[in-house]
Amino acid sequence: MARKLNEINASSMADISFLLLIFFLVTTSMNVSTGLSRRLPPPLPDDHIPEDIDINKRNIFVVKINSENKLLVQNEVLDIRDLKEKAKEFIENKANDPTLPAKFKINVPLIGEIDVTKEHVISVQNDVDTEYQAYIDVQNELVAAYNELREALSKDKFGKSFTELKEDEQKAVQAVYPQKISEAEPKNYGGVK
Amino acid sequence: MAQIRKKEKKEAPALSTSSLPDIIFMLLFFFMAVTTMKEVTYKVKVSTPSATELQKLENKSLVRYVYIGEPMKEFQEQVGTATRIQLNDQFADIADIESYVTLERGSMKEEDQALMTVSIKADKETRMGIITDVKQALRRAYALKIIYQAGARKEF
Repeated sequence: MARKLNEINASSMADISFLLLIFFLVTTSMNVSTGLSRRLPPPLPDDHIPEDIDINKRNIFVVKINSENKLLVQNEVLDIRDLKEKAKEFIENKANDPTLPAKFKINVPLIGEIDVTKEHVISVQNDVDTEYQAYIDVQNELVAAYNELREALSKDKFGKSFTELKEDEQKAVQAVYPQKISEAEPKNYGGVK
Repeated sequence: MAQIRKKEKKEAPALSTSSLPDIIFMLLFFFMAVTTMKEVTYKVKVSTPSATELQKLENKSLVRYVYIGEPMKEFQEQVGTATRIQLNDQFADIADIESYVTLERGSMKEEDQALMTVSIKADKETRMGIITDVKQALRRAYALKIIYQAGARKEF
């Protein structure tokens, strides 16, 4: 006669799994990393001679940050708090001002014909001694300027917030306000300390 | 014949705990799935700058990290107090970045290689000189997708 197998006592299972649970609770870190994403330009060939690319002066918006974290925007001293408005004014060029970037009529799907400052470039130049936080602040304000313009356009054309738009609608809005923040080739500004 | 039923003392049945392990296991699996172990042990002090227009870092398996900051106290005797770069678990120089990126990219699946992102996790008081150098090294290594790690903050 086969012996009846004793059932394994499983009452300690709960304790074991509690132990594991507590271990994972302690080691877990739920923080999601966030940041500002950027795309670097491809490397220049070694024999490249830096040349001044012929960008029409009205199309370029220069932000310089010196070693004391002060800003020089379009050759004017500017507070960081005013940078966003200034950048928005530049990107949008509402009144078709001849000193602000040239506008071109383009045909965007879902939106139709619209005047776009498609050749504008925002150039951020920093000094070797600029603090990282100051640099991030400038990048942040510029991204904020684009985001606010896109938000306004989405509200105007689709009646929704940019994040609620469908993918093709987002693409259309992005086509009207393409993000063009250039990372300049490093140069030494600000002189000797 | 009428019989008076003897009053039985009714006891509430003991609460069954047999499903407890299952519940706990479920929780356990949840935490196992969402957990991310610390990426590395930091050898440099990093307190990230703050910003408002943040994007979430997607797909962590495609992200490689470059840490920049002052060495921790216990390493200052060996390497000094000047700002250093850390790759994986070691201090590194600008010249090491290129080979690090190439190596890491080689270990990825082919279809993922183009999507590789390098996260620059630098201390907010770092000078831009070293960050510019890192960026130039990343350009040379064709790691063009970068993300400046930053924490959240309110307006100014």
